[in-house]
Amino acid sequence: MRVRMEKRLIPSRWMTLSAPILSLALALLVIAFVFLGYGVSPLLAYKRIFVGAFGSLYGLSETIVKATPLMICGVGLAIAFKALVWNIGAEGQLLMGAVAATWVALYAIPDAPAVVLLPCMFVAGFLGGAFWGVIPGILKAKLRANEVITSLMMVYIASELVNYLVYGPWKGAEEWGFPYSSKFPSSAQLPRLLGTRIHYPTLILALLLAMLVYVLMMRTKLGYEIRVTGENPEAARYAGMSYFKTVVLVMLISGGLAGLAGVGEVAGIHHRLRYPQGISPGYGFTAIIVAWLGRLNPLAVILTSLLFGGLLVGGDAIQVALGLPVATINIFNGVILFFVLGGELLTRYKITFEWRREE
Amino acid sequence: MILEFIVAALKAAIPAGTPLLFGTLGEIYAERSGVLNLGVEGMMIMGAVTGFGVTLATGNVWLGITFAAMAGGLLGLVHAFLSITLRANQVVSGLALTMFGLGMSGMLGKRYIGTPPPCRLRVAPIPLLRDIPFLGPILFQHDPLVYLSVLLVPLLWFVLFKTRAGISIRSVGEAPATADALGVNVFLVRYLCVFLGGVLAGLGGAYLSLVYVPAWIEGMTAGAGWIVIALTIFAMWSPGRALIGAYLFGAVKVLQYRLQPLGVSPNLLNMLPFIFTIIVLLAGTGEVIRKRIGAPSALSIPYAREEK
Amino acid sequence: MPERGERGEVVVSMRGIVKRFPGVVANDQVDFEVRAGEIHALLGENGAGKTTLMNILYGLYSPDEGEIYIRDKRVTISSPRDAIELGIGMVHQHFMLVYPHTVAENIVLGLSSADFFFPLREVRGKITEFSERYGLKVDPEAKIWQLSAGEQQRVEIIKALYRGADVLILDEPTSMLAPGEIEELFTTLRRMAEEGRAIVFITHKLDEVMAISDCVTVLRRGKAVATVEKSRTNKQHLTRMMVGREVLFRLRRKPVEEGQIVLEVKGLHALNDKGLPALKDLSFIVREGEILGVAGVAGNGQRELVEVITGLRQATEGQVVLLGENITNCSPGEIIGRGVAHIPEERIRMGLVPGMSVAENLILKAYRRSPCSQRLFLNHTFIDQHAERLISEYEIATPSKDAPAKLLSGGNIQKLILARETSEEPVLIVAAHPTYGLDVGATERIRQLLLEQSKRGAAILLVSEDLEEIMTISDRIAVMFEGRVVGIVDTAGAEVEEIGSMMVGAGKEQERGRS
Repeated sequence: MRVRMEKRLIPSRWMTLSAPILSLALALLVIAFVFLGYGVSPLLAYKRIFVGAFGSLYGLSETIVKATPLMICGVGLAIAFKALVWNIGAEGQLLMGAVAATWVALYAIPDAPAVVLLPCMFVAGFLGGAFWGVIPGILKAKLRANEVITSLMMVYIASELVNYLVYGPWKGAEEWGFPYSSKFPSSAQLPRLLGTRIHYPTLILALLLAMLVYVLMMRTKLGYEIRVTGENPEAARYAGMSYFKTVVLVMLISGGLAGLAGVGEVAGIHHRLRYPQGISPGYGFTAIIVAWLGRLNPLAVILTSLLFGGLLVGGDAIQVALGLPVATINIFNGVILFFVLGGELLTRYKITFEWRREE
Repeated sequence: MILEFIVAALKAAIPAGTPLLFGTLGEIYAERSGVLNLGVEGMMIMGAVTGFGVTLATGNVWLGITFAAMAGGLLGLVHAFLSITLRANQVVSGLALTMFGLGMSGMLGKRYIGTPPPCRLRVAPIPLLRDIPFLGPILFQHDPLVYLSVLLVPLLWFVLFKTRAGISIRSVGEAPATADALGVNVFLVRYLCVFLGGVLAGLGGAYLSLVYVPAWIEGMTAGAGWIVIALTIFAMWSPGRALIGAYLFGAVKVLQYRLQPLGVSPNLLNMLPFIFTIIVLLAGTGEVIRKRIGAPSALSIPYAREEK
Repeated sequence: MPERGERGEVVVSMRGIVKRFPGVVANDQVDFEVRAGEIHALLGENGAGKTTLMNILYGLYSPDEGEIYIRDKRVTISSPRDAIELGIGMVHQHFMLVYPHTVAENIVLGLSSADFFFPLREVRGKITEFSERYGLKVDPEAKIWQLSAGEQQRVEIIKALYRGADVLILDEPTSMLAPGEIEELFTTLRRMAEEGRAIVFITHKLDEVMAISDCVTVLRRGKAVATVEKSRTNKQHLTRMMVGREVLFRLRRKPVEEGQIVLEVKGLHALNDKGLPALKDLSFIVREGEILGVAGVAGNGQRELVEVITGLRQATEGQVVLLGENITNCSPGEIIGRGVAHIPEERIRMGLVPGMSVAENLILKAYRRSPCSQRLFLNHTFIDQHAERLISEYEIATPSKDAPAKLLSGGNIQKLILARETSEEPVLIVAAHPTYGLDVGATERIRQLLLEQSKRGAAILLVSEDLEEIMTISDRIAVMFEGRVVGIVDTAGAEVEEIGSMMVGAGKEQERGRS
């Protein structure tokens, strides 16, 4: 028997829809074996995850809480990946957004009323994230430095910077030994949906951004330039598009969006700057999968971010219940990404099995 | 006094750079064959946890090291399968590998947290050479894995540039269709190189958990795998320069510890290697462009024998 | 390694070969035989199926039908490795070389007979040996990218000989060579044939067939028309078989009026990708309604010239003046905005976004301006109408305006690019190899389009390696050699021989415009 892979000229539409679902199912099957190997019943684990994430109003609300930053970061990354700019640093950009917002809330204009303070925090957060994203962008566009590495190094640097701030100069006076900043004034706290942690202004912002980015990509000149650059950078140059402008703008937007997600976390959930893992359990990295699984379509990212939000909540649930380490969620991320990648093959290639006798 | 300080610092730089050296040598081979593997971090940390676990279970460090290498290699094969056979996007596949490695190692290693290593590699000074003033203590008073990593440098250089296999590897990375037409098995060469890359990354991880630290700490690679990627560019895909780059990073790490008692914030010092990575990357990229020695032309492009 | 045959023995016999590609039958029941000791020309127009047939023999394609016999033994050739083992070697038009590596490393690649350690040592000696025996001079230590096209070709031939090829296929081997190098190549080929090797020589040039071959097989639209001995045929006869009708193109027209100067290039200097001087003090002008053909052997600065004019490459010295305004080193976008169209040499790599739709490809240049876009937004209603209009006007065969451009055939891709580049009524069209690799119909249509544009008043700079094309449609011809214009002649009254000798540097004084 021989396996033949034939390139499809047009990605199969049916496969484009069904492949991610199939990939997800296969990934869960493989992870089941990981659980088995660890001596945990996979059925029990999956049940706990599902019930934890979607089985109660509380679970559902927490899923939405975690989906919010994933959605904002994922939408931003979708833009960057579409231009074939590998922004791996959303996590750092998110942290810088949080830092900028904290600065506004605690040091710049702490006494301003909420209507002024909160918008200023979002603007500052966008700028903070954008700044952190633009650096690798410029290094890539001007000096051809690999953006995967630079954007990732910027994550580590941002993370150490947050640590430095919360252990050092920004350490709150009344926070005892904890690496926290002081609590935000109430005018810097986002309102929440009654009885939940859903900071709905950020959620609405996330949904709006997804739609806005969809329009940006499909209906605007900039979106056209981004798509052409991603598909064929040579053609983009030939058409008179500026590679520098596209790369830097794309990093600016995707970094800025990640920064907004950071603002949402500190203003909506924690009400203070905390140590990095306290602010984000890796939203910026999970968002890579969210964007990829959503096939870089901002509207699809809404769905995939809810899925992964649920996975994070469910992951927390089994950690506590079954004594699994925090890192378990990374196994999910890795394996799902493997299968999503493998699954793409089905959309790009037609695979046929040939039964052929030897001549 | 100052001389002693320098000797001590340089001596410490070598073990600090050794995990990076292992990883970079491996990544050089993978990239030379045309496969970009961004999963070094994942392969390293799996090597670290496997090496620690097996040593703990068997009481034999060398068995632990062997298994660590195999674990890295196995993970490398996963990347190979995705990127070579399934022609998946190599950037994303490497990221997936890193996430998986971090997750899996966290799960496997949970029970080892806080456990001291049962035994460790001893320093094995090389007779005669160790007594050379200045150089002796810096270069010849280390453990066997350091010597192994150093020996690998000329060996891998020789294979790459002075043997038929090396010509095949480099050609597969530059012009796979040409190599294929001349009967070189592009897929096999790439699989082997990516596997080797995994094995060496696994060794680097084992060095961390069994020799350098030595203990199991979750996420203990702390970005070393990513530094390796930058070092590979800095090394311009050549083993000799990998050695220089890795020890340079070792020195930065030593500096980081030496400065701490002077009252500099540890968090700011922790940024050093990462800032330095960006600098090294820029330096390497600049030199690559100036000298017009590009990366392997087919790097990160999956090969498919296709008609028209 | 098979024994080399007696002269006259049939070495290769391909019978009833059929090869289909989506939408075309590239080879349709082709029979083809080659004998030891003969130079066998495989003649046909672009797209006639010559290369496909030989790729099948070399194991790169597998035939859908048909049989191959090597010395009367039925064989299945499923990879080049099989072909090499059967003593078949092939020199492709685009060389299969590892460019950053040395000559010796290229020859050792995949050679299982070489030593594992230090494999280059013995190879170097043998390369010298081959070099002397066949007049294939090349330095084993040189890196491929440093060599001229002719030298690279020699490496390819040595590579095949080293592997014991006694059937050597050369695909359009003269297209990159200067006339002097062509003579050297022919000498080498004759010597190899005398030794009993069979040579297959793919070409579409009749002069070469008459100069070198013993025997000719003519292919037309995938079918083998006939195999004749050279001594029993002549150029007219071959042309008829090749084209299927008497005449080629007769598109030459009346000389144009002296119009306004559209493009003036003054003392231009630029570097190539390797950082070496590619353009050296280059000057010429192109007037309104005029087609200036740029002739020359590939690699003499034509590519760099096109890129400097279109803003894709920096000039180090000199000026490019468009309608009296200096546009030297302006950005590509600015130059496009001033009405310069560019039909790029590498149409798929540069001129097309393969994954995007035909409609989106058609606005690649115009998307910035109204009516394609208003402020930040694209105007999709207009873009769709625009696409429908151009598809019918330029007869682009596509399933729909929304189909990805990569689905189109080569000729239709070129029509798409031409539609995009010419529909905006540019003042200057820079066309690089616009008909390269296209079939007869598409070639004719595209030349027609260029002529229509010049009638409208566009100035056209036509860069082509196809001298016949340049002689057919241009008004004046500038010949480039080593980064300089060695001469500019009026097409009326120009002799092929004269241009040929200028192409290798035997030029007259450079003419500095006419006004």
